[in-house]
Amino acid sequence: MSTAMQAQWQFPGGLHLDAHKLDAPIRDARLPTQLIVPVSQHIGQPAKVMVEIGQRVLGGQMLAAAEGYVSTPVHAATSGRVVAIEDRPVPHPSGLAATCVVIETDSLDEQVPADPADGFALDATDLRNRVRQAGVVGLGGAAFPSFIKLNPGSNVVETLVLNGAECEPYISCDQALMAAQPDAILQGARLLLHALGAQHCLFGVEDNKPEAIAALQAAADALGDERIRIVTVPTRYPQGGEKQLIQTLTGREVPSHGLPLDIGIVCHNPGTALAVWKAVMQGRALTQRVVTITGPGVAEPCNLRVHIGTPVSELLEQAGGLIDPDARLIMGGPMMGFALASAQVPIIKATNCILALRPEDLRPDTPAMPCIRCGACADVCPAGLLPQQLYWHAKAQEFDKTQDYKLFDCIECGCCAQVCPSHIPLVQYYRHAKTEIWADERARRKADVARQRHETRLARLEREEAEKKAAREAKKAALRARAEQQAAQEAQPGAAAQTDKPADDPVAAAIARAKAKGQAGKSESRPPADDESAS
Amino acid sequence: MIAAIIALTALATVFGLVLGFAAVRFKVEGDPLVDQIDKILPQTQCGQCNYPGCRPYAEAIAGGDADINQCPPGGEDGVIKLAELLGREPKPLNPDNGVAKPLPTVAFIREDECIGCTLCIQACPVDAILGARQQMHTVIAEECTGCDLCVPPCPVDCIDMLPVADEVSTWRWPAPEQGQAA
Repeated sequence: MSTAMQAQWQFPGGLHLDAHKLDAPIRDARLPTQLIVPVSQHIGQPAKVMVEIGQRVLGGQMLAAAEGYVSTPVHAATSGRVVAIEDRPVPHPSGLAATCVVIETDSLDEQVPADPADGFALDATDLRNRVRQAGVVGLGGAAFPSFIKLNPGSNVVETLVLNGAECEPYISCDQALMAAQPDAILQGARLLLHALGAQHCLFGVEDNKPEAIAALQAAADALGDERIRIVTVPTRYPQGGEKQLIQTLTGREVPSHGLPLDIGIVCHNPGTALAVWKAVMQGRALTQRVVTITGPGVAEPCNLRVHIGTPVSELLEQAGGLIDPDARLIMGGPMMGFALASAQVPIIKATNCILALRPEDLRPDTPAMPCIRCGACADVCPAGLLPQQLYWHAKAQEFDKTQDYKLFDCIECGCCAQVCPSHIPLVQYYRHAKTEIWADERARRKADVARQRHETRLARLEREEAEKKAAREAKKAALRARAEQQAAQEAQPGAAAQTDKPADDPVAAAIARAKAKGQAGKSESRPPADDESAS
Repeated sequence: MIAAIIALTALATVFGLVLGFAAVRFKVEGDPLVDQIDKILPQTQCGQCNYPGCRPYAEAIAGGDADINQCPPGGEDGVIKLAELLGREPKPLNPDNGVAKPLPTVAFIREDECIGCTLCIQACPVDAILGARQQMHTVIAEECTGCDLCVPPCPVDCIDMLPVADEVSTWRWPAPEQGQAA
């Protein structure tokens, strides 16, 4: 067996963190009693609900269809009856509610018939469509629709990077998946290579996962695909950041405000590769994922294969329950995750980890002190930014200046806040600044629409006024013409009528005659007067 | 002496021609300052500034007829931006023009009570109300600027101005409180 190669480059900054990784195989979670499926589990537009309350749905059935380009459908994970389509709290830092399809499951777990295909015989477009219809999104945490990342457009993709770094402490779902299903993941990687037309695949895994590396290397040897290489990368947070891993593997930097695609690279998570393989080769929608339930707050930490939509509380039960009822639940890792408002929120496609921390595990409640300009944050920033400058400007609400310091290249990894001796919540400042900038952007777009609508309305009012005026003029002119005609008739009775009539429409002429008669009857002196003023 | 006069005249003619050509070739249509001011204004079209819309107010500011503190929907932020653009001192909003709303609002018609009079439709500056005579009306919430102009004409008072609720997609991270723990 050959050994995995070592990465040759490194990214700037970063931290060594205690791993707290769990070395446990994947266990199937029990069928949930209830599924709460948010229609927006991805970056982009929410999907559109396609089912009705009371309807029975099967596992793998589409509950909501993609709407717009940056959108993917969502599916039911198991069979049951739709009992509600309503706003429920969703896992989001805001703790707000959003539209969810709620399903009372039956224990039958009936699935829709699978529609398998030979992915290597399909062209890239069909492959993408299958990936999209299966609702596959990036399972590393960002949940960006995968089919879009499989569409390089006019760019040439040289390298597919599979991101098996999983650098954040506590999270071990990818590690367990890579150890358990290396063949399927590598087959998925081959499908991705096929869809992208890429030449080779670099599969980066942190060196603290020897089992996963060994399993992948053995599978790669058995597969014998020269294009795929397993690369061991040093354990250093945030190695699993897309841009950081690309730099470690290839020595190339993703440009500021750019995408990996700009340098001919596309990056996917191993779980996504597996989901793509299942979507295409087995014709199965993305309805399950592996989630790590861990932390000092749970009795039996474990890696569970979970039906998407399962409430967090049901999974905590299967992990032995919470040791401390006051434990704080975090979705994601301790560095980049966010606190959950309750355990009633569901697992979504983006959920890789549920971390339960006892009050004593949380960072002590030290008040923030003034910045002393020590520069420790700049030393650890993996994006090469100046966190202090960003902090000053974000604090002063000078958001355009934060953009001058490349706020949007910040990956919110939290290294700067971790090392800050003054305990300044730096990342929160950056997140605040980012969302404020987006809100401003939305307000500006809305104002542009309002301006346009207002101008259109003014133009419409003007046009209507002009039309009314034109109609009035036309009426006047018609009256005048009739009066002229009448005057002519009076001057030459008989002759004019005989010569003009046949050319005109007889009905119109009759109406005109009748009206003229009526008008003449009402005021005999007016038509001639009108006539005079007109001539 | 003569040579100098000729040289200077020739130079003046050449420069004059170049400048004249540039003035015609690169002529700016409209008043760019009005556009810049208009861009800062929130486009609510509410008329609280005593002008019939944002653009007329922008023209009035550019022409020196109006002060920069007459736009309550733009709030203090708007006044500061206008002050920066025009190189003036920021000042508090003029209370005669109204007060800034704490939250953006959107009009909502209680449809059971609507009698279909079309008065609100005529008042809406951005055509964000749908309906016809004797038919129930409704507000296109995404297009509503929250200007309140539809409220007074309604003979049955069936229009509410509701605060715009935060959604997951529009939610903003709060600023860390000073002295708050990390």
